[in-house]
This record gives sequence, structure tokens and C-alpha cells, in this order.
Amino acid sequence: MTTQTPPVQGFTLPSYERPRGLHPPLDFPGYRATALRAPGRPLVPLPHRLTEVTGPLLGAERVTAADADLTTQHAGEPLGERIIVTGRLLDSGGRPVAGTLIEIWQANAAGRYAHGVDNHPAPLDPNFSGAGRCMTDSDGRYRFVTIKPGAYPWHNHPNAWRPAHIHFSMLGRAFPQRLVTQMYFPGDPLFSQDPIFNSIPDPKARERLIARFDLGLTQPDWALGFEWDIVLRGPAATAIEWAEDHR
Amino acid sequence: MTAGLTPSQTVGPFLAIALPWPDGPFVVPEGTPGAIEITGRLLDGAGEPVPDGMIETWQADPDGRFDHPDDPRGAAEPAEAAFRGFGRCTTGPDGGYHIVTLRPGPLPSPDGGTEAPHLDVSVFARGMLDRVVTRIYFPDEQEANAADPVLAAIVDPDRRATLIATVETGRPPGGFRFDIRLQGARETVFFDV
Repeated sequence: MTTQTPPVQGFTLPSYERPRGLHPPLDFPGYRATALRAPGRPLVPLPHRLTEVTGPLLGAERVTAADADLTTQHAGEPLGERIIVTGRLLDSGGRPVAGTLIEIWQANAAGRYAHGVDNHPAPLDPNFSGAGRCMTDSDGRYRFVTIKPGAYPWHNHPNAWRPAHIHFSMLGRAFPQRLVTQMYFPGDPLFSQDPIFNSIPDPKARERLIARFDLGLTQPDWALGFEWDIVLRGPAATAIEWAEDHR
Repeated sequence: MTAGLTPSQTVGPFLAIALPWPDGPFVVPEGTPGAIEITGRLLDGAGEPVPDGMIETWQADPDGRFDHPDDPRGAAEPAEAAFRGFGRCTTGPDGGYHIVTLRPGPLPSPDGGTEAPHLDVSVFARGMLDRVVTRIYFPDEQEANAADPVLAAIVDPDRRATLIATVETGRPPGGFRFDIRLQGARETVFFDV
């Protein structure tokens, strides 16, 4: 059916570390929607072969500089606290992940998403859609201008409220680096009752999702500055990883 | 656990604000010679559609090459210039998704074997605190599938079958179906990558 590629004997591939205990468990009873969406069987280990050590290096052609400013997408300015969110996309070895696509989405200042499914009785803002994107620069840096999202209620448990957050999606340079997560704001009083935030097993890892307020990034008379670095999986020791995984 | 890594969080119910691309499902433009369409549904443990999910695919080109510097054979531009390798489709009210692409070629494996043509798949949804990963193989590649090291590691034939698309009848040639069951008796095999 397909033409045969000649086998390449004995080549080595980069491999990515496998973080244990970092990500939330897929089955987390505190977050009710996981009940029917978490696989019941253990995940099957997949050694990193060609499809896994590569990934889509694209995005630049679909991003303009204006996409990183969520406050200028409409005729007027959105309501809310204007903020700058910036930081670096790195791997765990501290190397910048350059030229990769970051996509973000968020609620408006009143805690309402511009999405038909959101029925929270808070006002929509005609000047705020809540989506942005940018490419990381050669230093792995990204920068968005937006407004601080509001907290909002959801119906996971009685009187449940999500802490203010911005959703972040990173393609990374290779398939294992793909990550979707959420950035939170320092000092939010809603952390303690939020099962999504608390689904992360290690409290120190949870804290890594909280941006840092930075007066140096804050622009006088204009916008508050927050800094948040994102760290993706880095290379593992290639040969050892392969030997361990190969069966 | 490696220090400093950023943990995952769910995409939540509103990913459609930002993540759909108009050309997302089209790894190649519709009408590209040799294009195939993979359609399927994302289903939960009760067999109900997951209408707020997203499927992403990543694959080799028809020659079994990647336009990526970490391929030790070197980055290779695909013969079909518009081939992107990457597909993305949010699920509809019926849990449905579709991807239009070219069939990937087989791949050499570092152990000297050959991987059968496949697509890597990421699944995201509200209610999923991290993505899950699966693979799509082709039903008309029986010989290659039998020699594939990833399929070979899955001993139970019923489990292995969850990774193999079916020919979609009643559609133009080149139609395949691949349903993804997150949970239950016919749960799809998911991988730890």
C-alpha cells in the first residue's frame, strides 16, 4: 500500500523527560466533570520515536503583532484593569523555546466569556473578545496586553467560583512539549476552594501557575505588569531513556 | 519530578474562543490529490458525545519524513508543499471531528524495525485536567501493522483494535472513521508520552 522506507539502523533520537507527579491526575473527584472523561485503564508507555521527537513548527504565518493586544481588537477600549502579561517559555534545562505559538483566552473583567455556552449573568463587553496569540521571540519571550479577568461562578460544587485566570496553550517544539494550562494571579482568595487549581498534586507546582506582580514591568499611568515563565519538558538522557523504555 | 516544570490544567468549556483555526482540520487543502478524510466522534464513559473537546493530529508526510530539525535524517520539506503535518479540530455537538490529510509513510524505528503509518493524536476537553494521547493506524496496512512495535506492545487484540481506523463506507474513497472512547468497555488505548 505504501512505499517502504529503508530501515535506518542504529540511529539515536532525542528524548524528552517524563515528569512523574507533576500534572493533575485525569480522574480527580473534586472536579466532577472528570468522572466520565478520565480513562479507566492505565496509560501505555510510548517510547519517543520519530513522530514523538518532532512537532509542528508553525504559527508565525497566522499571527500578527496586533494579536498580542486584547485591548485593541474593537472600536472602543474594554472595561477593566489593563495589564501586561509577559514572561519566557523555557525548557527544564533553562533553554528558551523560541519561535513557538502561544494562544490565550480568558473571561472579561466581569467574569464572563464571549462564548455562547457561558450563561453567567454578568455583562458581556462589546470591546472584549478575550483571545490573543503571539510567537515567542529568540529568547523565548512572549508579551500580551489585556485586562485582568474576573472570577466567575461554576456549578461544580455549592457556591463554586473559579479564581481569575488566563488559559495558555503552547505548541512547543516537539510533541511531548505540547501544553495547555492556566495562569493565575497572586493573592487570589479563591485558590483554597478551587478543585482545578488544587488538582495539581504538589503545592509548589501549583504556585508555579501564579504570575508575579512586577512594579518594574508596570507602566506608569497605564497598566499593571505581571511576569510568568512557562517551563516545558526538556531533553532526557537519550540512550538511557530508550534502553529503559524499549521492550 | 523535574523541578520547575509547568503543570497542565484543563482547557475548560470555552476553548472555542481561541483555539479553532479556520483551516485547522485541513492538514492539506481540500481537493489535494490523494487526500483522505478521517472522521470520528469523541465519546465519554456513558457513550455520550463530548461537544467541548479538541482533537489535534501530528504525522509524517507520505514519504515518512518530517520538516523538523530533530529528525536525525534531516528536516525534509514535503513533496506536497501545502502539507502541514498538523491538524486541529474542535468537536461538534455530536462529539464529531474531521481531519483532511495525506496518508503518512512508514517510519524507521531506532531499534531497526519499522513503524506502520500512523498519526499521533492529542485529545483535550473540559473535564480533562491534562491531554490524553492516542494513535490512529490504517486498516489496510495489515502487514505493516503486524510489524509495528507500538501495536505489538499491546497484547489484547480488542485493545489493539481501538487504534485502527475503519473504512468509512458511504463516503468518497479515502474516508476513514476513528472514534475515541475516553472510558468504558471499548475504551481507546491512551499512551503515556
